[in-house]
Amino acid sequence: MKLLTANFLTCAVKGCKAAASSYPLHFKDAELELQEIDFQPEFIHNIIPRIDWEGLRVMANELGFPKIPDLKPEGDALNDEQTMRDLHRVLLETHVMEGRLCCGNCGHEYMIKEGIANFLLPSHLV
Amino acid sequence: MSRPEDILPPDLYYNDREASLYTSNSRIKRVQAEMTHRALELLDLRTPSLILDAGCGSGLSSEIISAGGHQVIGLDISASMLDIAVQRDIGSDLFLSDLGQGVPLRAGSLDAAISISAIQWLCNAESSDVSAEGRLRRFFEGLYASLRRGGRAVCQFYPKNDAQRSMISGAAMKAGFGAGILEDDPGTKNSKLYLVLTVGGGGLQGDITGVVNGMSDVDVLDARKSATEKGRVLPSRKGDKAWILRKKEQMTRKGKVVKANSKYTGRKRRPAF
Repeated sequence: MKLLTANFLTCAVKGCKAAASSYPLHFKDAELELQEIDFQPEFIHNIIPRIDWEGLRVMANELGFPKIPDLKPEGDALNDEQTMRDLHRVLLETHVMEGRLCCGNCGHEYMIKEGIANFLLPSHLV
Repeated sequence: MSRPEDILPPDLYYNDREASLYTSNSRIKRVQAEMTHRALELLDLRTPSLILDAGCGSGLSSEIISAGGHQVIGLDISASMLDIAVQRDIGSDLFLSDLGQGVPLRAGSLDAAISISAIQWLCNAESSDVSAEGRLRRFFEGLYASLRRGGRAVCQFYPKNDAQRSMISGAAMKAGFGAGILEDDPGTKNSKLYLVLTVGGGGLQGDITGVVNGMSDVDVLDARKSATEKGRVLPSRKGDKAWILRKKEQMTRKGKVVKANSKYTGRKRRPAF
């Protein structure tokens, strides 16, 4: 699972929809993998306004990345190739292959195996 | 012809065997590719986007979308199908998830959504604590929330009958979408239905029919217009001239030998003497 996708995930449990603490989900025992893909600045330009930067910082912190800037790059910073390449590396090339995603509100844990997260819920939680 | 939807729930029907048969069948591959290209044409994406593939299966359509430079998030309920998708290494992010339980993404995250031959499965309620209407409602509400303003979704589906067709499109409209149905090759065995959904606030001017502006060979039939004009046109009754002409046309289309139409067609026979 790419960090980009993880940035958009929320808890699927019905009671967590309104709770602020259900986002972002927290990684536990995560194993990372780097898979290189083609660099596409247009995609980053398109997606960056929708990234929740605070969520990304929390996740990167849990996964043990050192250097995530405090503020979301905006305006002229997006024309800098190095910034874009860094974003590309973090958002699109970093994959979480194994581990668990945990909801901060209800504590439900979603297993990740071979990069696939299991979001099936038992019927009483739907 | 039997429908897999009538046999088993999707997570059990698509076991390892069915999943590999589905993915290796060249006819299915060709049809899926055609439908995906058509759906992409309807989505009309200008920039590389983030797209949801609802019911992605083994990733036959995700592969085609990724090839256009887009990022794909795939959801499916069949673990066997996802297993094949992982082996095929299609580069999209996959989730084991039931569409009838909603879409676990935060609001306004997606540019577009696509779904090929999947949402008719939502019309099956496998246990007594869920209903088909409830599953469809949760899916469309989740989808509506997760699309950004001006986003679009195209869902190709195979309804069992007209009741299912109107149940699915009705559920989408209740969730807030502007909805229209595009039918390719109507009246033939290869007819394909696409439910085209729009979220307001985008560049689309006017109503849903604007989606097909500029496409050739598309006739727009507006059900709303005919509903307001109701009463002026009498509906044809079984046995009257219009009914006979319609039936004759149907038979001609099927390739049957049909008598030519004349002024006597559909006229009542009087007693001769």
